[in-house]
Amino acid sequence: MHALTRGPRAATWAAGLALAALAAIALSLGEVALPLGDVLAVLGNALGLGSAAPEQAAQIVWQIRAPRIAAALLIGAALAAAGAAYQGMFRNALVSPDILGVSAGAAAGAVLAIFFSQNAFLIQAAAFGGGLIAVALAYAVAAAARGHDPGLALVLSGVVIGSLLGAVVALVKALADPLNQLPPITFWLLGSLAAATPRDLGLAAPLVAAGLAPLWLLRWRMNLLALDDDEARSLGVPVSALRLAVVCAATLMTAACVAISGVIGWVGLLVPHAARLLVGPEFSRLLPLAMLLGAAFLLAVDTLCRTATSIELPPGVVTAILGTPAFLVLLLRGRRRWQ
Amino acid sequence: MILEARALAFGYPGRRLARGLDLALAAGEVLCVLGPNGGGKTTLFRTLLGLHPALEGELLLGGAPLAALGRNEVAQRLGYVPQDHAPEYAFTVREVALMGRAARIAFFGAPAARDFAAAEAALEALGIAHLAGRPYTEVSGGERQLALLARALAQEPLALVLDEPTANLDFGNQVRVLRQLRRLADRGLAVVFSTHRPDEAFHGASHALLLTHGGAFHRGTPEEVITAGNLQAVYGVAVKVTAVNGTRVCVPEF
Repeated sequence: MHALTRGPRAATWAAGLALAALAAIALSLGEVALPLGDVLAVLGNALGLGSAAPEQAAQIVWQIRAPRIAAALLIGAALAAAGAAYQGMFRNALVSPDILGVSAGAAAGAVLAIFFSQNAFLIQAAAFGGGLIAVALAYAVAAAARGHDPGLALVLSGVVIGSLLGAVVALVKALADPLNQLPPITFWLLGSLAAATPRDLGLAAPLVAAGLAPLWLLRWRMNLLALDDDEARSLGVPVSALRLAVVCAATLMTAACVAISGVIGWVGLLVPHAARLLVGPEFSRLLPLAMLLGAAFLLAVDTLCRTATSIELPPGVVTAILGTPAFLVLLLRGRRRWQ
Repeated sequence: MILEARALAFGYPGRRLARGLDLALAAGEVLCVLGPNGGGKTTLFRTLLGLHPALEGELLLGGAPLAALGRNEVAQRLGYVPQDHAPEYAFTVREVALMGRAARIAFFGAPAARDFAAAEAALEALGIAHLAGRPYTEVSGGERQLALLARALAQEPLALVLDEPTANLDFGNQVRVLRQLRRLADRGLAVVFSTHRPDEAFHGASHALLLTHGGAFHRGTPEEVITAGNLQAVYGVAVKVTAVNGTRVCVPEF
């Protein structure tokens, strides 16, 4: 399955180096192309190396590109980490961080906020709150549905809550003013990093860190959630409590991301899977690599989105175009493995 | 006594499967549990493991009441081997065995050298150390069963509970798994396993328990429990129990 089992550390280091190189390239690309040397000089300056860097390059790097690139790194890493956690916990490699309705809830919250107000902070707060409420609802429904496999009940109630919230989004779109309200709604639903500001990052980063901390602390014990519930309990694992903790952590990370970037799908589904092919399912190896690959993937996609054409492409569209065929390959390959 | 049941009743509220069951299993003893589908083997095992509450009576594990033990404390005393199943993720055999250490690793911790050593020792004891690096999804059913058994041994338990450990195995692996169970008992473990093949009660078990649909049960040595009369009453088919070279076998009549 995983070709690099012998060198999981090597895979992680290679991904880290590739990410650093990619970030430098992303800093140099844009409306004003900067020579890579200038970018490195600017970065060197920041590290106190005293290299001579042009003033204009420093401004472009720090004020225009760095916040957006940092947002791509943060969101890519967080969505991939949440996806890896959910896939392990639900014993299913085809689930994604928004499986419990966090994206649908965030979308409904944001769209309602746009409908009633144009305040950017209110929209983000509504998105974050909507995501948490949707997952809390899904969790409450699943907890009440006794007599089913708890993991399956959770996924099914997430899907049902998600489709209800999808109806709310559709209703608001139908009622929205097509000139003033519909464009920001559409922009938000497709996801974008164009509007990410350092202030947004300052809000999202602590929430992502708060969600990541329990996942990192539980990085070995997470493996046991991949077993049947009875099996894990017989090994001493408090399955229900652990699952609730992981749902909370992953939801917090996802909701914080969705609140500042809108809905960017596929990252959390595909990236953990790719990481698993490289280092296997062991979570303490999987988590760091998934985060590095997620950051690299979203940075590459976003850089493509802002440089490939004269208009900004929504990254959610690009991840979907890349994601759909990759998902189908996984689905078909997966079935072959079961036979 | 390692594993003891006193006047145990198990089942579900409103649907009791059996009552008044007394069991006492010391180190080195092996209990073979038989019974028809739906006869309550799985519920009995879940009750023994503390995953399902007993309706009446008491269960003791190493002399301590099971109900008073935390999940971790149970896991340090009782190893469970589920039926072989197709896993979703390709953990290596070593990683599977290591999971048996969960109850002995701090909640936020990771395995330390002694945990790796215990997992390795368990794999070696079962003769599958050479499979340690192989994905658990790609070894044979018999090897997977041994990997799950290694995981249970890595718990360093007093007793093992195995749910149909020989189901889905070919004939050679069935014999190998039963021999391993006998060997593990000889090293001081108490072993409980279930099966659909009454012959297996004669392959190293010291006790047998035959559950029936009606809630009655037969309990005793394999020779006392596995008789033509009991088997016919429970399974509804005519069977002869005879001996071949000193080992009893059950031969259905055609």
